[in-house]
Amino acid sequence: MKRFLGFVKKEFLHIFRDYRTLFIIFGIPVAQILIFGFAISTDVKNAGVAFLDLSKDETTQKLTDKIISSGFFKRTENLVSYDEIEDIFRKGKTKEVIIFEKNFEKKLQNEGKASVSLIADGAEPNTATLVTNYTMAIISGFNTDISGIRANNPILIQPEVKMLYNPELKSQHMFVPGVITMILILICALMTSVTITREKEFGTMEVLLVSPLRPIQIILGKVVPYFLLSFINVILILVLSWLVFGLSVKGSIILLLAESMLYIMLSLSVGILISTIASSMQAAIFISLVGMMLPTILLSGFIYPIENMDDIYRYISYLLPPRYFITIIKSIMIKGTGFLYVWKETLVLLSMTVLFIGLSVKKFKVRLE
Amino acid sequence: MTEHLSRGCLAKRNSDREKQMKKVIESTDISKAFGSTKALNDIAFSVDESEIFGFIGPDGAGKTTLFRIIATLLLPDKGEMKVLGMDCIAGFKELRKNIGYMPGRFSLYQDLTVEENLNFYATVFGTTVKKNYDLISDIYSHIEPFKKRLAGKLSGGMKQKLALSCALIHKPKLLILDEPTTGVDAVSRSEFWAMLARLRQHDITIIVSTPYMDEAMRCDRVALIQNGSILTVAPPQKIRNGFSRKLFMIKASEKYKLIIALRKYPGTVTAYPFGDSVHVTFSDDSIDESLFRFLSKEGLSKVTAVETEAGIEDRFLELMKKGATV
Repeated sequence: MKRFLGFVKKEFLHIFRDYRTLFIIFGIPVAQILIFGFAISTDVKNAGVAFLDLSKDETTQKLTDKIISSGFFKRTENLVSYDEIEDIFRKGKTKEVIIFEKNFEKKLQNEGKASVSLIADGAEPNTATLVTNYTMAIISGFNTDISGIRANNPILIQPEVKMLYNPELKSQHMFVPGVITMILILICALMTSVTITREKEFGTMEVLLVSPLRPIQIILGKVVPYFLLSFINVILILVLSWLVFGLSVKGSIILLLAESMLYIMLSLSVGILISTIASSMQAAIFISLVGMMLPTILLSGFIYPIENMDDIYRYISYLLPPRYFITIIKSIMIKGTGFLYVWKETLVLLSMTVLFIGLSVKKFKVRLE
Repeated sequence: MTEHLSRGCLAKRNSDREKQMKKVIESTDISKAFGSTKALNDIAFSVDESEIFGFIGPDGAGKTTLFRIIATLLLPDKGEMKVLGMDCIAGFKELRKNIGYMPGRFSLYQDLTVEENLNFYATVFGTTVKKNYDLISDIYSHIEPFKKRLAGKLSGGMKQKLALSCALIHKPKLLILDEPTTGVDAVSRSEFWAMLARLRQHDITIIVSTPYMDEAMRCDRVALIQNGSILTVAPPQKIRNGFSRKLFMIKASEKYKLIIALRKYPGTVTAYPFGDSVHVTFSDDSIDESLFRFLSKEGLSKVTAVETEAGIEDRFLELMKKGATV
């Protein structure tokens, strides 16, 4: 036991002495949370919108106010003629121009309909689609309001869409589980495989093998520090996403942490397995990044929905541990479901862990090749 | 109390066993190949207790492979290796507690300090620095003033001393040193050998490999190893005496030209560069005027020639040549 503790102490010294390792462990999660949260947000928030109001009556004023007060839009300018439209798009701040036709209110009262034109900046197709959809939703909401007032009109049937679990359609709900999943596999698999292959490369493994340390002690000694650090990381990410994005865990936090521990163990055993195959640090990094990181990002359902994938990719995704963990963590964090709803995924992760640990202990060589 | 008693019994049994078997290493026909390259061919030798046993040979001779087999790190393809009375394959777990191994690349953690390295190896081998301090004090005292320094920042000589301290910290019965002096300055090398000699009083058997022929004289016995085969095993003086011809040391102003000229001379058997001179043997084991006339015709001046005693290297080259022609 003393031997084992001495080994663990040495591992911690390695980690704390190498600021690059520390940066990877704690810097990358924080950076990713903030980058995904702020920069790669897929929500519309304060999108610039300009108005060309050719009617300037009470109704257009009301509608304008409603659009601006929605929180999704911010008025950039009020235009007076069509000629200004292209200029204002070129400036870049405005994502959409809303045009009310002449005699808007009169037309609405006399003919029962009036036109609004929405012009969006097609250079950014995603934003353009989003802002026009949001605007149309607001206008149809307004439609209902005024038709409700005038009782003699037939009631317009408006489809009402409600987003369950994520009513505000916050994209943070999507990527925080994804980032946790990705970070854990990165730190655990990459770091453990690198730290074990480093011993091989520097020749210190030769002496460790000759020492009375048993293989399981060497493996566990490598795993324990990274297990603790990864666990701290999960808590750090959760606290950060709660503080910065106001994202709280709907379900049981204890269940979430327990599932995280299982997933950390799994990722660590993947790392050990990689180290038994790779003979150099570079090979270990390559296998971890290409073999683990990319599939995690692309195929686990983190960014692209699994349902939209080709059959072949979908089958590959069944082999990836992150896929199951993302399902589990999303269920617990966003839907607030209990263990009964995720036991299948948990079982898959558990059996994968047992398989990988078994394989790596078996493959760990007590001699050199 | 009981533990004390049983330990005493064990110690007695061990010493009985040691009396019976004097040989620390017994190697019979060890062979090892990596793919199609044969690293070792039928290596057979034995090492006595408290001996400093040297393996001398050029790079690629198979020294490291042999040492790894002794250190239980590699399995031989063929043959039997008994170390401390135990089989290297079956008894590797027990054996690993009793050997100190220092690989060719000093196996130190560069990002840990001197002290941390030593403490780590002590804990891993189930002991403390304090307990065996007397064993390493002679070596460690040289680097103790730098104990807070990172091992990666030490000079070659200091790294070597630290690595030796780490290999010794658990008081092994057999110390395996793979090229401990490679990449170390001449003064440190000399100091290092003096330390090894002093370790003998602690009943530690040492096997050491080196590519430097001059270090062979510091061993009790040496094995000359070349292309995976042992050429000869003997005390170093005996190896020197085994040289079959008279050896002459010839000097001239231009050494390279001299070698070319000597190799052209019809009476020459061998001519090898040695320091600033050339070691030459002649078919009639003597020098006559015709040699000097020949050399001056070749345009060499200030030629001196004296008979000299053969060194290990001369004998090594002789044996190598013999092996090649057979």
